[in-house]
Amino acid sequence: MTVLLDVRDLARAYPVSTAGGVRRTLHAVDGVSFSLERGRTLGIVGESGCGKSTTAKLTLGLLPATRGQITFEGSPVTAERDRHWRALRRRMQIVHQDPLAALDRRLPVGQQVMEPLVIHGLEANAGAQRQKALALFDAVGLRPDLFERFPHELSGGQRQRVVLARALVLDPALLVCDEPISALDVSVAAQVINLMQDLQMRFGTAYLFISHDLKVVRQVADEVAVMYLGRIVEQGPPDALFHAPAHPYTEALVSAVPTPLRGTQGRIILKGDPPNPVDRPSGCAFHPRCPRAVARCRDEAPALKRVADGRLGACHLVADAPAAAVA
Amino acid sequence: MSRLSGQTPGWPQDPASDHPAAKSDPALLRLHDFTVSLPGPVPIVRGLELSVGRGEALGIVGESGCGKSVTWLAALRLLGRNVTTGGEVLLEGRDIGRLSERDLARVRGGRIALIFQDPSSALNPVQRIGTQLTDVLCQHRGLGGEAARREALRLLDRVGIADGPRRLRQYPHEFSGGMNQRVMIALALAGEPDVLVADEPTTALDATIQAQVLDLIRDIRRETGMALILISHDIGVVGDLCDRIAVMYAGRIVETAATRDLLTRPRHPYTQGLLAALPTLDGPRRRLTPIPGTVPAPAAIPPGCAFAPRCPIAISRCERELPELTLAAQDQRAACLRLGEPVAFPGAPVPAALASEPAGVPA
Repeated sequence: MTVLLDVRDLARAYPVSTAGGVRRTLHAVDGVSFSLERGRTLGIVGESGCGKSTTAKLTLGLLPATRGQITFEGSPVTAERDRHWRALRRRMQIVHQDPLAALDRRLPVGQQVMEPLVIHGLEANAGAQRQKALALFDAVGLRPDLFERFPHELSGGQRQRVVLARALVLDPALLVCDEPISALDVSVAAQVINLMQDLQMRFGTAYLFISHDLKVVRQVADEVAVMYLGRIVEQGPPDALFHAPAHPYTEALVSAVPTPLRGTQGRIILKGDPPNPVDRPSGCAFHPRCPRAVARCRDEAPALKRVADGRLGACHLVADAPAAAVA
Repeated sequence: MSRLSGQTPGWPQDPASDHPAAKSDPALLRLHDFTVSLPGPVPIVRGLELSVGRGEALGIVGESGCGKSVTWLAALRLLGRNVTTGGEVLLEGRDIGRLSERDLARVRGGRIALIFQDPSSALNPVQRIGTQLTDVLCQHRGLGGEAARREALRLLDRVGIADGPRRLRQYPHEFSGGMNQRVMIALALAGEPDVLVADEPTTALDATIQAQVLDLIRDIRRETGMALILISHDIGVVGDLCDRIAVMYAGRIVETAATRDLLTRPRHPYTQGLLAALPTLDGPRRRLTPIPGTVPAPAAIPPGCAFAPRCPIAISRCERELPELTLAAQDQRAACLRLGEPVAFPGAPVPAALASEPAGVPA
């Protein structure tokens, strides 16, 4: 397996002014590192404000990073809108949560799937571009007679298929999916999840799959990173993380998944809200909500390090209480 | 106020008090042959039969557009004049559909409270939390001044909001989403309702906050015995909190059963399909089994069983005949002409009665 995407110490800070007019810095993403192999899926989970969507935008070069390097297919990703950046767009694409917002309401959907080919001057002529777009229509399971329809004439699931067709028409190596099925109904979401898995098999596209839904991420991801306040707190294979979480935050997230017929015993209910990233707590950012925090957690930020079974964890207690003790 | 003195609080005098069901009906709230139509007339809820017992937690699940929210908004006449309703909404056997606006206003909030998905748009953004709480306390409990303030503080404390005196002076924008939903719950509790209708109360909240709010609702129910109608697209949320679940599809209830029965041996093909389409956190990873096709638009609901075009075991009779809810097992009813046929979706839980059949799961 070859590394497609390598992200090192990625950070993005925003200057903000708080209620009193005080200038502060908001660390949306604060030192994130991961790599992704060709044709594989890395899931990123976390609650709102944890920096998962910012990580997506930084990875694509849609936002300039404050710090860190991104290497994609061996060359650095920058946010300068130059020729290099435009060439990258052919190789990396994004799928957003709300397909209706991502599509142009006044353009037939077929035209929108052809548009990337037109922009990049690919295929010999309009006829060939249309053929290619129709081939993608077929690949995502859209009938050819929908080619001339407008987004409002399609169902939610069909619209997300159009978005996928448009993203894949350039044959990208990386697809960043930011909550791609959160806006879809259960029965349709299953269709789109299966489709995304089929498309990955067929085209060998790597997915950076961002979601708040642990069940969906487990379904699609080869590896999962859990983010809290701009940092990865645990990373590893989905079943290892979700069945035997090492980090107390992962444990709380898993515990918070509403599961019928489970009863309330042993459930972890965290106190309070996630802190404002502007007021990042000292030491481990999770310590004010952590049910197992010790004095050291307040002063010393834990580094993301390899733990017993090969996964990564950022918690002072992990080395002392390996995953086996939790299971 | 004076007109009502001497009566049970919240129970206005109404001509329906001699309704034959008034005394015999054990249900707290019952919808009987309830229909909701948009101008057109496009029926969006059709012939609904549903009841909630005192202290019961009933979950309503379904996909968008199935009518799960509209039913309860229409039942409380909150949808304006363009929407027409039919059938009866019986609160302790009396039809609240026949109440005057003024009397209904006392039922809303006083007997039946509502909370919605997005708390920050349900709260008044230009009024302090304290004002909004004391307004409700004045309206439904007749409290004023210091008594209302003390009760408001108690309610905030009850829903887990610390530092009450300061919080009462704050505005909704100074609260987080989870905190605002706690305020909504406090507002709902202010009228001491018999039943809380919660429409996707945690959908807009983060996972750990959702767990907090569900836990709070569970606690309050244990304490007050308040009945709950929980509307959600998430069968996990509903199964977590409710005793009984009703599944809606295209404006009708297709199956209703005790939570365990519904989740472990669903009888309607749609329920089976919904469960097979869900990814899980436990067990082996298997390919999901989606339900083919999409939900029909309200104006294009098929004449027979609305699910027939997507149903793998539909026969031609399903396209013509509207199935009624029939008893499928003890305390489990499903609206399907093909009840007792083998499981329609691979991966769906198998009804115990059919599990032994060798051809139970089609390839």
